[in-house]
Amino acid sequence: MNHLLSWIIWLPVIGIVAVVIIPRDKGTLIKQVSAVVTGVQLALTIYLWRIYDGSNGTFQFMESAEWIPSFNISYMLGVDGLSLPMVFLMALLGFLGVFVSWNINKAVKGYFALFLLLNTGIMGVFLSLDFFLFYVFWEVMLLPMYFLIGMWGGPQREYAAIKFFLYTLVGSVLMLIAILALYFTCGKTFDMLVLMETAPIALNGVLWWGMSAIKVIWTLLFIGFAIKVPVFPFHTWLPLAHVEAPTAVSVILAGILLKLGIYGILRINYTMLPDGVFWFAGALAVLGLINVIWGAMCALAQTDLKKLVAYSSINHMGYALLGMAAVIAGSSMGGDNLLAAQAGLNGAVFQMFNHGTISAMLFILVGVIYDRAHHRDIDGFGGLAVKMPIYSGIVALAFFAGLGLPGFSGFISEAMCFIGAFPVFRTIVIISTIGILLNAAYFLWAFQRIFFGELNEKYKDLPEINRMELFTVIPLAVITLFLGIYPRPFLDLISETMNILIDQVVSLGGLVNLM
Amino acid sequence: MSNLNSLSYFWPELILTGTVLVAIVADLFYRKEDSFKVAWWVLGGLTLTMAAIRMGGSAVTDLFMGTIALDPFAEFFKVLILLSTVLVILISFKTDELKNYSVGEYFSILAIMAFGLFLMASAIDILMVYLSIEIVSIMSFFLAGYLKKSQLSNEAALKYVLYGAFSSGIMLFGFSILFGLTGSTKFFEIRQALAGLENGANLALIISAVFILAGFGYKISAVPFHFWTPDVYEGSPTTITAYLSIAPKAAGFAMLIRFFNQVMGDGTAMINDSWSALGGLPWPQLMGVLAVATMSLGNLVAIQQNSVKRMLAYSSIAHAGYMMMGLPVMSNQGIYGIMMYLVMYLFMNLGAFFVVIYIQGKTGGESYEDFNGLGWTMPFIGVVMALFMFALTGLPPTAGFIGKFYLFAAVIEAGPQFYWLAFFGALNSVISLYYYVRVVKHMYLRGERSDDVSMPSSNLVTVLLVFLAVPSLVLGVYWEPVANWINQSLVLLSSGM
Repeated sequence: MNHLLSWIIWLPVIGIVAVVIIPRDKGTLIKQVSAVVTGVQLALTIYLWRIYDGSNGTFQFMESAEWIPSFNISYMLGVDGLSLPMVFLMALLGFLGVFVSWNINKAVKGYFALFLLLNTGIMGVFLSLDFFLFYVFWEVMLLPMYFLIGMWGGPQREYAAIKFFLYTLVGSVLMLIAILALYFTCGKTFDMLVLMETAPIALNGVLWWGMSAIKVIWTLLFIGFAIKVPVFPFHTWLPLAHVEAPTAVSVILAGILLKLGIYGILRINYTMLPDGVFWFAGALAVLGLINVIWGAMCALAQTDLKKLVAYSSINHMGYALLGMAAVIAGSSMGGDNLLAAQAGLNGAVFQMFNHGTISAMLFILVGVIYDRAHHRDIDGFGGLAVKMPIYSGIVALAFFAGLGLPGFSGFISEAMCFIGAFPVFRTIVIISTIGILLNAAYFLWAFQRIFFGELNEKYKDLPEINRMELFTVIPLAVITLFLGIYPRPFLDLISETMNILIDQVVSLGGLVNLM
Repeated sequence: MSNLNSLSYFWPELILTGTVLVAIVADLFYRKEDSFKVAWWVLGGLTLTMAAIRMGGSAVTDLFMGTIALDPFAEFFKVLILLSTVLVILISFKTDELKNYSVGEYFSILAIMAFGLFLMASAIDILMVYLSIEIVSIMSFFLAGYLKKSQLSNEAALKYVLYGAFSSGIMLFGFSILFGLTGSTKFFEIRQALAGLENGANLALIISAVFILAGFGYKISAVPFHFWTPDVYEGSPTTITAYLSIAPKAAGFAMLIRFFNQVMGDGTAMINDSWSALGGLPWPQLMGVLAVATMSLGNLVAIQQNSVKRMLAYSSIAHAGYMMMGLPVMSNQGIYGIMMYLVMYLFMNLGAFFVVIYIQGKTGGESYEDFNGLGWTMPFIGVVMALFMFALTGLPPTAGFIGKFYLFAAVIEAGPQFYWLAFFGALNSVISLYYYVRVVKHMYLRGERSDDVSMPSSNLVTVLLVFLAVPSLVLGVYWEPVANWINQSLVLLSSGM
């Protein structure tokens, strides 16, 4: 297939058309069509994974077509080791999300149409290589997210939805200014591949109001992406959005949307503004540290299970930020420690992927208990292990994966982030290990309160996790376990791209001190 | 060009004049209940006018002894004005507000107004500028007060008259100073005279420019000349509100651009320092501050409104503010951005107003609560209204985004000294999201799915909404034809013949 990437992006749109045509009283058929469409999409991404050449980390399966020639805008797609895992993750969670949403009965048609639109938007962001196209997809995914939270969410959904919308829109308009600034200073092109070559040189020594242009653009882009990650102090939308969103949307939100931020920083800030990386790496590590500690402390204080998982996302993203900051270890300033840089960057991307699978699993499991008990208060349960042994076992597995127990994929990626960052940010890494401790504490404590102790009389008739729910969790658990024991297939896939990225940053950046 | 020769280039305006006469006479033959039929005569005349414009060729010349310009720039605005007039007339068929009135004059006045707007877009003589503004203003007063049994409408008309008279008086004073300085009323002669002016006259020139700007600012409802806008917009029939928010604004921008570019600037090409001839004041920065003030005020007050119509009225001030971002840079790109925005704005704003008119007819109100659950009970209206709201916010992939994109691009291309302008413009888009999405919230998040689904009651409503909604979406995805059209229209008559 020549247009494999286009198919992956636009397949859900075909699904939307089908969903819209189907009469609205045929809810099951709508769900089945969505499942088929996302299933085919997943099959395509697996096929893409198989034929992608991991030993060559450059962009593959490129597509290019003219779009608006008068403004040099084109339709350009490509995939590399950075985007491929994310594309796969999106397809997987999109597919599982349909089954997680199976018990949605309110306005089924609208829900699945929006869910598929979200899928297209996110796929588009990961696969586009034209900055304008990237931005359009970036914004397109806001709309379905707003409706999904606002219409199918919890009691505070209206507030959560608009807060999410406003926060992310602030980020994206700043990004738009940065994109235009790049466009006009770097030879009037939106072609990311060209910008990766020209931007580091064209921006060298350019001063705006006595400040380096690189710093200005970096900051604008970084705020845009940091809101998505979310990096402290831009994180306040996240717990709210998570708590109010329906389960499947939480899964996509935690599993994919948060990764868009880090993906953006790596794809754009790192390649186009390598000088900025050196300027900002220290701050990035500190922000990572704050995310780790702050997220863990907040998680520890929660009584709402879903909020706990939401804060754990902030905590986990902190590790990835630490790993990303480690890239400067590869330069002469950082002691030419290429291995540390590799460990850090590979760790960060691996952490993104692992958090995608683990947090998705956690949110699905929270959804399972919420569907049965209609609340998520950690202290409101107790002794559930007796009534729901299978469920307890799977939650235990997910919690262990979440706290980074060896044998699970999360352990490897967190360790890699630490190993990478250690040579350059020694103190920060040492402090952030407290986060691991807190991380274990909030998961284990929550587990103890829900599953051990006296059985709460109210819940003595809770039904066990059912097959449909098991079907959504098990693939994720298998991936987590498999990559925890044998991460090589994944690392082989991304490592060449990471080497190219490190080379780009190290060879083009850090040569001058920015004004 | 001499008066007689000019006539052969003046067909669109001549046809328009004929249309007005025919409409007035035709009105005499209809009974009150049938007075709506006058609209068909007007529509026919407007169609012929459009044909005349398209067949007019691309001559660039001056008409009537250098008082009117014939150039692609004017043609662009004439097409926009005609299009919005036609759409507003069609929308007027579906409004309940005009039900108990004889509407023959309503349509003929609209046609006269279009004629005045044509002149505004092409005037190159300060007397003609004044005359055309007055034609448009007086017709606007009539239209704003057309609902003579409604107190709000009467108030709107009176306020409009007072503000209009005051601001045209100020502008006229500015023109008289300019005439005193240069001894001519024609743009190009004024420019030459200004070039030879001694520095001592600078203060007088600045005062005159400020006064003239006040007049233009009134037409495009820029802060601080905006005070008439909300009340007039609220009191007028909603169809007229929609018309006032688009056509006179477009013509106002055309006039402002032409005047400051050709009188104060060098006129041949639009370059960044068109403002430099004025001197004395930091004009670009001043215009930037005015733009930011206009958009911020429009947005911040729009947030507080409880009526969707009033919200749209204030937000149209904000939109004028966005378009004003193109003025400080006064470059080809800036003008280009304004023109692009106007095209996009025409569709999405008329669409939003039309939905409000339709809902007024259905629920009898225009507050946010009247939109509750609309997405469920009237799915088609809900979807297109959501589209218009997101387009007005400027979210991709809608037309509104492309409009804003070109304005931001113009500002950023002009260099780092204008980045703050783009920054405020961007933040204002975020503010506007809050109140636009509020409509969407009431339509979808409030209310429940119902089995009592209704579609638009008439085909005209459906066709019109589709005609407005499709460009609002499609131009956000593929706008190359519009971009090319604007590119060809960026030719201004640059010197007298």
